[in-house]
Amino acid sequence: MVAVSTPPTDHRLTEEQVLLRDTVRELADARIAPRAAEIDRSGEFPDDIRQLLAEHDVLGLPFPAEHGGVGGDLLTICLAIEQIARACTTSSLILAVQDLGSLPLRLGGSPEQLARLVPRLASGEALICFGLTEPEAGSDGAAVRTRAVRDGDDYVINGTKRFITNGSVAGMVTVFAVTDPEAPRHRHLSCFVVEVPTPGFRVARLEHKMGIRGSPTAELEFQDVRVPATNRIGDEGDGWSLALRTFERSRPGIAAQAVGIAQGALEAATAYARERKQFGQRIGDFQMVGAMLADMAAQIEAARQLLYTACEVIEAGTPDAQRWAAMCKLVAGDTAMRVTTDAVQVLGGYGYIDEFPVERMMRDAKITQLYEGTQQIQRLVIARALLGRGRD
Amino acid sequence: MHIVVLTKPVPDPAAAAERLGPDLRLDRAASPAVVNGNDEYALEAALKLMEAHGGEVTILTMAPPNATDTMRKALAMGATRGVLVTDPALAGSCVRSTDEVLAAALRELTYDLVFSGFDTSDGNAGVVGAAIAARLRLPYLSNAAKIEPDPEAGVVRVRRITATGYDLLEAPMPALVVCTQVLGEPRYPSLKGIMAARSKEIATRSVADLGLEGAVGGAVATTAVLDSQKPASRGATRVVRGTAEDGAREIVELLESRRIV
Repeated sequence: MVAVSTPPTDHRLTEEQVLLRDTVRELADARIAPRAAEIDRSGEFPDDIRQLLAEHDVLGLPFPAEHGGVGGDLLTICLAIEQIARACTTSSLILAVQDLGSLPLRLGGSPEQLARLVPRLASGEALICFGLTEPEAGSDGAAVRTRAVRDGDDYVINGTKRFITNGSVAGMVTVFAVTDPEAPRHRHLSCFVVEVPTPGFRVARLEHKMGIRGSPTAELEFQDVRVPATNRIGDEGDGWSLALRTFERSRPGIAAQAVGIAQGALEAATAYARERKQFGQRIGDFQMVGAMLADMAAQIEAARQLLYTACEVIEAGTPDAQRWAAMCKLVAGDTAMRVTTDAVQVLGGYGYIDEFPVERMMRDAKITQLYEGTQQIQRLVIARALLGRGRD
Repeated sequence: MHIVVLTKPVPDPAAAAERLGPDLRLDRAASPAVVNGNDEYALEAALKLMEAHGGEVTILTMAPPNATDTMRKALAMGATRGVLVTDPALAGSCVRSTDEVLAAALRELTYDLVFSGFDTSDGNAGVVGAAIAARLRLPYLSNAAKIEPDPEAGVVRVRRITATGYDLLEAPMPALVVCTQVLGEPRYPSLKGIMAARSKEIATRSVADLGLEGAVGGAVATTAVLDSQKPASRGATRVVRGTAEDGAREIVELLESRRIV
């Protein structure tokens, strides 16, 4: 008997990636999409969706198989985020932030740290969030003021982190804090995994947001929070470098989310344009509406293919990963905003009310232009890469 | 407990892209394929029994070479291995060829039970399971709503759906069971299952491997499709909107006006 090798399908995806993508899509259609409007309306974190994603190993995707994960590469993680976001942006953030928050650990953690911390994350039992942003350190991430001071076998952390996605529902917080205020600007930060709850740690407030309303955006306070030195990721001073390497792999996740939102909006708009009749014909048959749908579809596919290429190039170890990550996030975020805005337009008055999902998608799309670096920061990163190093 | 599940790739009903070729055969390139829905119920039943009793589940498929795509999903759901009978000579096979080929492939396997789905969504003949049982002289247990093997006693009990209720059947193993949807919803593959499916074996067999050269396939088909017609259009759809009460009244009035009620 001869074993058959697996032929590539769906152009650039492996048979496995296609199956994984389709499985997540079916799961999202059947179990997540019906919850999306309610999650948005209530603004409550959907723990049932966390459980669902955990049960089906979706939250294990970013983690290595040896520690209980699925061992998905960057493109595979993005395929899953895209399919979940097509149904519900908030739900896709559960996976995207599990990926983001754990990246410093996965990139710089010791074998002991991985063995100790990853299994709970891979199973989805614990969530992890990413604590870099502060009231005074937004786009200028290196302006962090939170301090970590060595004290025996521990560090003592003091400071405030703002806009921390899933900050109030995570069991671990990846915190960036200043360990050496005298060091040069990009060597002053270190990175820690803080297991919470722990004395001195407090969720100070939750934001009221325009979109991603089921995903709690928290302000986290650290008052003399003791963290064992064994939870420091990498060496002292490695923090900023870890953060930058994290963005190389997390920005594609946000691009995937943006592509998914846009795809969901296109599908809703297309279905409506096929059924809604005015002046005796389907509105999609009016050229002005048909052209909008055509532009939406073409723009989404362009963003998607850029994203998939970026994933492959980054996974292959390009020295230009920052630029690729920034480019796919920039294009996908702007595409999501444009496409969802047009989707609302196609639905007319019905697009503006919450009986249809496109107004929610439009509100959700906006955040993809803001977080993990605003679109302006992405352009800055791209321009610097072009001017500084020339083209790759 | 070794179970063989017969699975067939069929055009994805969700894609609604089915098309016949000029020879009135299904154009399998025109539509994405999925595992036949009823076969997934049979597979789910087999996987549950494997989880309860241990053992293995083998999926057996007769299809074009790209059937490995759909077989991979069955492996991701938890099947142990796959056997794909594929051969250009099998294009255009009739039901007789199909069951002869599958029976020959089964003769090479060891098993306690063979499961088939109730029918396939593209062929609809609904007799392949019965024909295989006849060829292999296996006990034939159809319309199964519940399957309870007793490996120690070497028997299987099946609750068979009848027009009036259930029959409780018992047969020695090996036996062939035709599964129904009452057995329970098929699972989604877990992502770990998908990753694990990569390393599972799909063995391929040709007509010659099975010693059936010249005996099966399109060239010796016993039936031929002469014509194919689409059902007549049912006319315009009317959607009733409004409150449940008003809607119900409107529907009853409509049915009365057509003397249906």
